[in-house]
Amino acid sequence: MTEPLLRAENLTKHFVTPRTAQTVRAVNGVSFEMHAGSTVGMVGESGSGKSTIGRMVVRLLKPTQGSVTFRGRDIAPLRDRAVRALRADLQMVFQDPWSALNPRMRVKRIIQEPLLLHSKLSDSERSDRVEEIARSVRLNTDLLSRFPGELSGGQLQRVCIARAIATDPGLIVLDEPTSSLDLSVRAGILDLLQELREKTGAAMLFISHDLGTVRLVSDHILVLYLGHIIESGPMAKVFDEPAHPYTQTLLSAHLPADPRTQLHRHLLEGEIPSPIDMPPGCPFSTRCPLVRDDCRTALPPMVDIGDGAQRAACIRIPEGSNKVPL
Amino acid sequence: MSLLQVRDLHTHFISRNLDNEIRIATALNGVSFEVSRGEVLGLVGETGAGKSLTAYSVMDLLKPPAQVVGGAVEFDGRNLRDLETEDMNKLRGSEIAMVVQNPRSSLDPLTRIGEQLVRVHTAHTDTSDSAARKRAIEMLGAVGIPAPEERMRAWPHELSGGMAQRVLIAMALMNEPKLIIADEPTTGLDVTVQAQILDLLRDLVETRNVAAMVITHDLGIVAHYCDRMAVMFAGRIVETGAVETVFDNPAHPYTRTLIASTPERLRETKQKILGGGAPPNLYNLPPGCHYVERCRFADDSCNKPLSLDQVGDGHFAMCARMDAVREGWPS
Repeated sequence: MTEPLLRAENLTKHFVTPRTAQTVRAVNGVSFEMHAGSTVGMVGESGSGKSTIGRMVVRLLKPTQGSVTFRGRDIAPLRDRAVRALRADLQMVFQDPWSALNPRMRVKRIIQEPLLLHSKLSDSERSDRVEEIARSVRLNTDLLSRFPGELSGGQLQRVCIARAIATDPGLIVLDEPTSSLDLSVRAGILDLLQELREKTGAAMLFISHDLGTVRLVSDHILVLYLGHIIESGPMAKVFDEPAHPYTQTLLSAHLPADPRTQLHRHLLEGEIPSPIDMPPGCPFSTRCPLVRDDCRTALPPMVDIGDGAQRAACIRIPEGSNKVPL
Repeated sequence: MSLLQVRDLHTHFISRNLDNEIRIATALNGVSFEVSRGEVLGLVGETGAGKSLTAYSVMDLLKPPAQVVGGAVEFDGRNLRDLETEDMNKLRGSEIAMVVQNPRSSLDPLTRIGEQLVRVHTAHTDTSDSAARKRAIEMLGAVGIPAPEERMRAWPHELSGGMAQRVLIAMALMNEPKLIIADEPTTGLDVTVQAQILDLLRDLVETRNVAAMVITHDLGIVAHYCDRMAVMFAGRIVETGAVETVFDNPAHPYTRTLIASTPERLRETKQKILGGGAPPNLYNLPPGCHYVERCRFADDSCNKPLSLDQVGDGHFAMCARMDAVREGWPS
């Protein structure tokens, strides 16, 4: 196996609330790997720590604990100044393109800014490069002289993607890149991402709560619950045979856009607990339909399923009693 | 006989530009649909298509510069557009209830939720406070809120998004409405919570025989929770029919593009979607079909005025080129 492009180990982020000084345990000891050219999908409910992990991967946030090894170097302890040089290689696309772009900069300037910071191109070379990038995200070059306010949501998200790929990064974190877009526009963006992945070979961490979209674009999936990875594995395997009771119920709540698919559902009661009051033991124990006493004592370790490509953290897996009746 | 019948509804935004010339954005251009008791109608379409505006026009909740300029809204035998403000106020919140997106901003942050539920009831009926309280507790229980009696004293900020949405549904139910209009009721909620809320709504429609209209852009919700669907584009319903019929046999090219753009279909077909494109300019809509600029089947016949034509049993679509679309659509 080749050395992964990125390896996160025991990644942890705790925030302290301002006045009440409570600890929000947003991310708790998360480990995963990403290889060049692969797309990893990260799913989970709001408050499960998806965005926090994404931000730690590109070092917009400094982990409380743990390491992020990118191209063989731990970037977690780096100072902000040292991180800046890395930005060309680590990029991010945010959920809301309306607020991610400076409304007073023309599109051309937005796309060329990373080039100004990270490359030594001459003015005319840079200009050519901006047009080339615009074309590769299928953005009409007439739009380069416009301001963000004059563009539609889909066009704005293309500008964000153009800015992210301008410096040819090795890894791009996409935090809900299509959630704010209409269906047909969304399909165009997903198609574009697929094409860019083939062309640039960049690894992508695709964060989304939309299971259909994640399934469409990713080859590997991480399922998060309360800041823990509770299941990971190849996309098809996890979707076909989810092992963790949470993954099973999450997938069963998904509504495929096809009236002929039969739903086999097991609906969860209640909502995700607060990361301030973490339940002891398994984080899912408060809602799990299969919970038993020893689930509440210790955090279950990740165990291999089959050949070990798929892994999940549930104490019922080794004895095979982990199937939630649907 | 349908409970709600909307016929040829037109809503315009009428304003003046800097030169003091009148500008009219024709936001709804002849919207017609009906909803019966015991059924859920799904209203789908992209941002700006006029889904929410349709709901607000029906409820007479428009604020200037928006105003209804034509059409009829018949509800339970009355034309709502003829009603006096006072009578409309009586109807709203009692016979027709609305559940909006963003539940937390729809609750008064300075009033305990119990009090808000009680007010909705006493405003429309002669019930005593204690009877209204009893009903509020009952409704909170009915929407699956644990320990409803204690929850009556909760403040809106103490509720999670899912809980706040349940409270709004409980509020909608306080006066036994005949029609519930839910505008993106689960947008922003997690899938597991979304399923709980939609199950609740579906259950209410079936057990209490109410009519429901769900506004959404999520075709998954339409596929599994609605009986009939209406697809909106640029202020018109361009296709309507039973959910399975429309999914199996979409007639309008816009409906086809929408369905082909769902992750499920994309995964099956590996087809490239050439949809998208800017929404048409509401200040200057084309004379015929509004989809003409984005449609690759368009020809001269698309510039003539169109009507919703019958395609099949209860299935209607507004397209002059349906045959060409059926033959030319890549399968």
